[in-house]
Amino acid sequence: MGALRAALGDAMRTDPKVLVMGEDVGRLGGVFRVTDHLLAEFGPQRVLDTPLAESGIVGTAIGLALRGFRPVVEIQFDGFVYPAFDQLVSQLAKIHSRSAGRLTVPVTVRIPYGGGIGAIEHHSESPEALFAHVAGLRVVTPATVADAYTMLRQAIACPDPVIFLEPKARYWDTAPFAAPTAPFATPVHQASAPSLAAPAEPGSPPPPEAGAAWTELNRARIVRPGGLVTVATYGPALAPSLAAAEAAAAQGRDVEVIDLRSLSPLDVETVAGSVERTGRLVIVHEAPVFGGIGGELAALVTQRCFYRLEAPPVRVGGWHMPYPPAKVERAFLPGPERIGQAIDQVLEY
Amino acid sequence: MPTGPSVPVLQVLAPDGQRNDASAEPAEAAYLAALTPQRMVAMYRDMVIIRAFDREATALQRRGELGLWVSSLGQEGAQIGSAHALSPQDYAFPAYREHGVVAACGIDPANIFAMFRGVDHGGWDTEAHRCHTYTLVVGGHVLHAVGYAMGEALAGQPDGPHGGAVIVYLGDGAMAQGDVAESLVFAASYQAPVVFFVQNNGWAISTPTEAHVRVPLARRGEGYGIPGRRVDGNDALACFAATSAALDAARSGRGPGIVEAVTYRMAPHTTADDPSRYRPASQEQAWAARDPIIRLERHLRQIGALDDVAKAAIDAQGDAAAAHARAACLALGPPSVDGLFSRVYATEHAQVAADAALWSAHRPPVGARCRPPPKPPHNLSRCPPPQARPRRIGTKPTPPPRRLGLPPHLRSAWWGRCGRRWAMRCGPTRKCW
Repeated sequence: MGALRAALGDAMRTDPKVLVMGEDVGRLGGVFRVTDHLLAEFGPQRVLDTPLAESGIVGTAIGLALRGFRPVVEIQFDGFVYPAFDQLVSQLAKIHSRSAGRLTVPVTVRIPYGGGIGAIEHHSESPEALFAHVAGLRVVTPATVADAYTMLRQAIACPDPVIFLEPKARYWDTAPFAAPTAPFATPVHQASAPSLAAPAEPGSPPPPEAGAAWTELNRARIVRPGGLVTVATYGPALAPSLAAAEAAAAQGRDVEVIDLRSLSPLDVETVAGSVERTGRLVIVHEAPVFGGIGGELAALVTQRCFYRLEAPPVRVGGWHMPYPPAKVERAFLPGPERIGQAIDQVLEY
Repeated sequence: MPTGPSVPVLQVLAPDGQRNDASAEPAEAAYLAALTPQRMVAMYRDMVIIRAFDREATALQRRGELGLWVSSLGQEGAQIGSAHALSPQDYAFPAYREHGVVAACGIDPANIFAMFRGVDHGGWDTEAHRCHTYTLVVGGHVLHAVGYAMGEALAGQPDGPHGGAVIVYLGDGAMAQGDVAESLVFAASYQAPVVFFVQNNGWAISTPTEAHVRVPLARRGEGYGIPGRRVDGNDALACFAATSAALDAARSGRGPGIVEAVTYRMAPHTTADDPSRYRPASQEQAWAARDPIIRLERHLRQIGALDDVAKAAIDAQGDAAAAHARAACLALGPPSVDGLFSRVYATEHAQVAADAALWSAHRPPVGARCRPPPKPPHNLSRCPPPQARPRRIGTKPTPPPRRLGLPPHLRSAWWGRCGRRWAMRCGPTRKCW
């Protein structure tokens, strides 16, 4: 959360055209306090407490972007984004194409998503596949504190509309983040840090201006190197995947874990490169499996690595049901145990 | 006309062309007083030209040159009158029937054909002409206009270089959309310099306005804190005056406004529509008597600003515009498919790049025909035409047993054990050998 707040503040300081807008983002600092203190620093001209109307927020953000601003929109919860669906799908995604490339709409839409926090209905959903399916939108999701800062800066700098999904279960992750940190200067996929958050090295050089390195937003990252099975995951499912990998390591099974980071476009090269080595792929996400990101990734990897695959790719995700009540959400979410079973399953072939 | 409480209507020109400024409010009266005959003739000329263009477009659709056409017939007064109120720093967001507004913004209306001919989704240089593209989702663009106006207010001082206002065109049907309700909330909340120009043309395709509007649309803004004004939409001067006053209020920081122009869609909703299924022809005839062009022409003749010679010259300009539109339409060829890939994102996207590579690998070579060439005419001398098969009587004969490919002694290296050509069925791995 601190990393996101710092990223927003730094982006606003760097570029006077960056605006933050959404429900309760100003005086309250957002329901998760991600935008805390921004109103005090930048004033109501740049931190807009909007009326309670998601379509209105996204629609007016499009208008502001057409006028030359870079709005960063906060949607309060994943389940509340659907009233804005038409503006996101029919307008935000298509204006660049509709105008034959003359107009760009650099809107960043921040959406807290995912479950695991004991919330009521509509507050724990994973709508990423709905947006990844739409040409014209980029969909990214950080899973670590360090990525939260870097990727939000990159998303704001990106000239395309970006759906920025924040795993809300990670909001209270207090790992130190590097602001600014190496990924601004070096390709992210090379900086395969084994730990979740790489603390900033003292005296590290300041980053180049945001905008120069936003292309790194597209890259997946090998979070935990291994050689036996590839586990591709993202967002809130990274932590349980890493836990499952540790448990497998205790049994002498060397599991590689990849954080996809970008869901549109998908960095197939990184995953396929890993599967070329391991021959086995497990895909983990919180969203229900059917019609999800996992199916797309499985198809793409199978197409590239068919002769190298030792087992069919296995997907682990939520069940095909509306997100369940909080008391039983652990039965819905893919935990280390189910991920471990999937690893066993692909090793049985 | 909506039912419910009535509201005063601004009408400057009666259908017989008589001018009376009495119903104008002071701000509107000032603009009316400043109207020169030359300006009124310019409005008249624009209306004649856009009607000629629109008629030509409908004809082009009937000839199959356009896939669809959305006629602006009958709404020229509302469109040209309001568009003439725009200053160079203002910005217009049309819906999809505002051909008059597009032309008044300096855009060659033939550009509109690109989207209706299936060549483009609609594009002109929006910034140069201060006019956004058409938006087909009804009401979807109204929020963009409000956001743009919020940006105008944020970007500069009211009397600075960015002191423009925004006008957004919508209709009686769009007023039912949730996005329009949210637009009104946002516009009022931020006092955005935006004018909602509502062309109440009586029909949302087949739904009459009175079926879903209980209080005049000019009063729709009251609960939001947005003042409204109803004008005779077939009176270009009234539309000009009311829009000018509303834009002036917006520019000077007095917030948004609604102008409801009561007009009539003389044509079908689109060329795919059939109004005879839902409205009587007598209604159309009644509105034809209130035609905006005839009305202004009568007035201009009354004040001596237009005579037969000048009218003939303007009509000739309309004919020339129609001829130009026709030629421009026919010159529009299919777009480059390669170009479609490059405009999805402003930056590179791996999936688009992969799809573009697939397309360039599989597309036909340049100059190749999409269809196979027609077969040569039947050569009767070499091959007699097939005759009707004799009708079979009795039981169906059992077919001879099917053989799997050639007998073994005739199999060559081209055939697999399954009896089929390996190259076709078994792939390069030759698994059936």
